Amino acid sequence: MEELEKLALLLEEGDVQSVASLTQQLVDSGMSAQTILNNGLIVGMGVVGEKMRTGEMYLPEVLQSATAMHASLKILKPLLAQGGIQPLGKIVMGTVKGDVHDIGKNLVGILLQGAGFEILDLGVNVGPAKFVDAINQHNPSLLAISAMLTTTMLNMKTTIEAIGSAGLRSKVKIIVGGAPVSQKFADEIGADGYAQNAVRAVDKVKEMLTIA
Amino acid sequence: MNNTTTINTFSKLAIKSSSELMFGKAPKPAKCGFNLNVGGGQVFPEINFTLPTMLIEENTWPAVVEQYQEIGEMLVRSAKRLHLPGLMVEFELLPPMTEKPEWGAEITNILHMALKRANDEYGLPCALRATPTDIRDGIRPPVLRSGREWEALAASMDRCAAAGADILSIESVGGKEVNDEAMLHGDVAGMIFGLGVLAPRDMEFLWDEIVRVSTKHNIVPGGDSACGFANTAMQLSSQSMLPEVFAAVVRAASTVRSLVAYERGAYGPSKDCAYEGPVIKAITGAPIAMEGKSASCAHFSPVGNVAASMCDLWSNESVQNVRLLSGSAPEAFMELLAYDCRIFNKALEGGSEQAYQSLLVESDVHLSPQALVLSPESTMRIASAIVREKSHYRMTVAAAREAVSIIRDSVRSGELSLNKKEATWLDRVDRELGVLPQDEGTLIDSMSANYGHLYLPESYGL
Repeated sequence: MEELEKLALLLEEGDVQSVASLTQQLVDSGMSAQTILNNGLIVGMGVVGEKMRTGEMYLPEVLQSATAMHASLKILKPLLAQGGIQPLGKIVMGTVKGDVHDIGKNLVGILLQGAGFEILDLGVNVGPAKFVDAINQHNPSLLAISAMLTTTMLNMKTTIEAIGSAGLRSKVKIIVGGAPVSQKFADEIGADGYAQNAVRAVDKVKEMLTIA
Repeated sequence: MNNTTTINTFSKLAIKSSSELMFGKAPKPAKCGFNLNVGGGQVFPEINFTLPTMLIEENTWPAVVEQYQEIGEMLVRSAKRLHLPGLMVEFELLPPMTEKPEWGAEITNILHMALKRANDEYGLPCALRATPTDIRDGIRPPVLRSGREWEALAASMDRCAAAGADILSIESVGGKEVNDEAMLHGDVAGMIFGLGVLAPRDMEFLWDEIVRVSTKHNIVPGGDSACGFANTAMQLSSQSMLPEVFAAVVRAASTVRSLVAYERGAYGPSKDCAYEGPVIKAITGAPIAMEGKSASCAHFSPVGNVAASMCDLWSNESVQNVRLLSGSAPEAFMELLAYDCRIFNKALEGGSEQAYQSLLVESDVHLSPQALVLSPESTMRIASAIVREKSHYRMTVAAAREAVSIIRDSVRSGELSLNKKEATWLDRVDRELGVLPQDEGTLIDSMSANYGHLYLPESYGL
């Protein structure tokens, strides 16, 4: 366990090389990939998320930790796949039609990935049909939609309606976010969740997917 | 495209000392629209507005038009009620209004006619700034010099100019695709590459066209804004996602790409959200628009008063056309700006402008490194560092390094306090600036591994 604590600490420090090399050592010593993931990486990223929430870590430091996590996952992924271990969930995300603001969306994607989710980012200016196609194709647990303008936020409603018309609404949870969006607006358009910022989005997604 | 562009080079400052860097006064005032003389001794409000929550589509277009007609009527009525000495109106097109140039032109004409009425009826000096949306980053990597988006943007500028715009401006996005990624990672080299190598190349291309269109229609080419770069950094730092010192350095570094507009022939007031404006004013002598405390309807900032200290136009950035207890939000903010401007102008009339400027500066400047780099003294230092260099890349590095020096000096004198994390980041930024290559070719080569997938070299003539 001491080694897993060290892995979590190295991850927090964003030491990419050391995280990768310790991961390999732990795998070589016979530790299961799932143990390394759950008790090392996810614990470490949990601390990182908390430190970001309290302002102790800035985003570049968080991203450095995420890079270290990816370096470790590169080693673990084939082993996890062999053991039938899946990511926490698959999330499709995109910025609505008519809107190209994507820094917030990208941040949410990075943090969710760091928390153990698989992310499929459709990019910006995404029309309802493309969201529907992505649900059909990838069967995600959750859809994350963003908008930055008062004149594009209603396209979130159009998108949710299109998903409903395609008969897919019950298959996917939907979270919305963006500067002009509020919980009230999310409720009005029939979204399942809303988060005010990227850090809260991770907590909200876990809550929506009932992940501890 | 214009093949006979005259390029201005700025090797000397238009303003020689910080005491001459004053609100309401620019060495080269810009006359525009209906007899509005910006920077000629008074500060005027620049009112900006946007739509409430609604879609912009064929079937909602009549309702969109109604919104702007209502705003136009408000402008005529309230400018008189508030005894405005002059008024700048900014119409920032929303993306569909740029994608469909006739829509942007229709709204431009509604606002132009409102201002004409105010001028006809009671002689209000006024002008209309039209700012088409830079829609060229609708696809990634952005295609900046050709294609449907570029053609729509170019057509939009031409149609707005023909429909009654007095000034053309833009918040351009060239280099943003790299700068965004670099900022998130706190990568100084990537940030400088986006701001000092890619962005100036796009600015040259874009502003040759804006100046050509403006000349054709006999209107004023106003300035650009590094909003998508430096204001993004400011907002990320306000959410504790980026260090404030990093945002302050990005602010200084963003100046050079915006200066390129003036090298290519812009001479009108810079954009309100271009907080790099004071440095541009010091270098070029052009008047500037600024925004601060009275733009909190659009975003928060740590520079609410200091931002006002050198402005020629004072703006609210943007507010939705929604109802408040008093009336419409744009009218409420017009009143706010009007009262702000009365104080500027009384100070100028009575010879107390230096004292008032000091209050505006001193009230903010030691509370945040972002405010510090906006002071008149800092502005002069950054401007001087820029004009000493020859290439846009070196100018950008010089501006960034000067910002670091300014912050260090203030910390050393005990005026500015940085916590340990901010101080560590200042050291990191300083160190990374110090190891940048002398020539941009080396930097360009080194950037392709991390950022090559984000941009198209042909969009920048590379």
